[in-house]
Amino acid sequence: MTDGATSPAEAGAAAVADLLRRHGEQIAQRWADLPFFQTVFTITRDEAVEACHAVVDSLAAVAESGRVDDLEAVGFRSIREQIVAMTASRARSGLSTAQVDREVGALREAASELLAADASAPGAEEAAETRVQLLTLFATLRVLVVDTMLQENQEIVLRQRQQLLEMATPVIKLWDRLVAVPLIGMLDSARSQVVMENLLEAIVEHKATIAILDITGVSTVDSLVAHHLMKTVASARLMGAECVISGIRPAIAQTIVQLGLDLGPVTTRASLADALEWALERREYKELPSRGNP
Amino acid sequence: MSQAEREPIRVPIRKDTDLTAVRQHVRALAQRTGFGLVQQTKLVTAASELARNTLLHGGGGAAEISVVHGSTGPGLSVSFVDSGPGIPDVELALSDGYSTAGGLGMGLSGSKRLVQEFAIESVPDGGTRVTVISWADPYSARQGLR
Amino acid sequence: MTSPSTIPVLDLGGLLLVSIQGELPDESAIALQEDVTAAVANTGSRGLIIDISTLDVVDSFLARVLAEVAASSRLLAARTVLVGMRPSVAITLVELGLTLPGMDTARTVTEAAASFGVTIEQADRTGRGTP
Repeated sequence: MTDGATSPAEAGAAAVADLLRRHGEQIAQRWADLPFFQTVFTITRDEAVEACHAVVDSLAAVAESGRVDDLEAVGFRSIREQIVAMTASRARSGLSTAQVDREVGALREAASELLAADASAPGAEEAAETRVQLLTLFATLRVLVVDTMLQENQEIVLRQRQQLLEMATPVIKLWDRLVAVPLIGMLDSARSQVVMENLLEAIVEHKATIAILDITGVSTVDSLVAHHLMKTVASARLMGAECVISGIRPAIAQTIVQLGLDLGPVTTRASLADALEWALERREYKELPSRGNP
Repeated sequence: MSQAEREPIRVPIRKDTDLTAVRQHVRALAQRTGFGLVQQTKLVTAASELARNTLLHGGGGAAEISVVHGSTGPGLSVSFVDSGPGIPDVELALSDGYSTAGGLGMGLSGSKRLVQEFAIESVPDGGTRVTVISWADPYSARQGLR
Repeated sequence: MTSPSTIPVLDLGGLLLVSIQGELPDESAIALQEDVTAAVANTGSRGLIIDISTLDVVDSFLARVLAEVAASSRLLAARTVLVGMRPSVAITLVELGLTLPGMDTARTVTEAAASFGVTIEQADRTGRGTP
């Protein structure tokens, strides 16, 4: 790397760094009025200018290091946090990744206009190399922004998935020692597992002897879902609690029959109300534990 | 901890009280690896079944427990190694209800359902190695991402 | 002949209560099976309550022992109720394919005793801490 002579690329990067350092104030002033900064720093303009300075300085640092196309360059790393905060703020105000990307692209235009007008422009060849380096530097900045936005989006998706898993499976205490779980939407393996664990934990917590699994809101019952329901019923029975499945709509009853699924010894009722009635009657005379087959 | 990540813990299986040691080691490592209670219990139970197979069918051997890393995060790999007669028909041995030692016939086939990955290498008269892997969070929201 | 198990079989006036605690090596499980069956025969009890609320793992071997205890007790005219199985243990057993269809179950010893018409006051042994 250091064999004495500097490559044109290195010279170009150094020129970019020099330009950014010399015109830092002007660039910062221009940027502060662009939407990417202006809309994030709404309290005072000075605040925006200061943020712009930080970005210009970091870009200059990247150019000095000669690693204009390296996201891991020290300069990029130092502004990453700020970029994350800013893009997150733009994303929250409803902008798409493409829109934010365009706003960042505008930064380059503002900067290159100023730099083109720079009086100390050297020979044509060096100027071309400087321009390439500058374009690369801003292209990398755009990649950084898009990357942080994608990560942000991914985090949102993960959070929502987790929230959906938890929210979609509430366990309700209906009566003394009687709990119910209304199931809604699609049941995949992961959700079925969460439903089963939540219900069984609730049986322990509420000292429940009867649990109602209501599938009124379940869109489809295939063999996998039926299998999961039966496993839940069997597990509850091992723990000493009885399960009844309610809310079997006519279409689902037909599907179950057509698929040839055998719900076996599972107690079923058409509606949640029927299941509740069954449960309360059962509690009346049932001071008996869950009976196995003799 | 870092020791366990590199080198597997080796627990000999020579007598029936060794099964207790296998269960305890698997439980402790699963807890440290961040397994939920249900995942822990499934893996410990599978380990108990397989360790008993090693003792009864393989004439004894050892369990090797190590932490592994997959796309859904950390997990535990447990291998049961013996130098016994081997399993003549692996497919038959894996079917529900197949039993040679007077059990419920759920040991091998059942433990397969308790873990995410299951492999048997068996050589007639050359011993058997059963390896199971269970992930700390098999239904991780991260599954399919990254 | 195996050595006697260290798990006591309590006689609660016509009902037998066995509370299995902690790790149970295979040999102790077999000893327990013999002790319990002998106790059922000797006392002529109508009911046997097995409390497994402290067990954090039940494999197919122990499940078989429990199922056999219930089956031999039935031959001696006693009904067996399995009490206090933890959710994680229940899920695992079902996944193993062991639903123990021949056994009665209950949440607590109190509920199991009530099913025999016996009232246990303030003696919910299976309650795990405060709810």
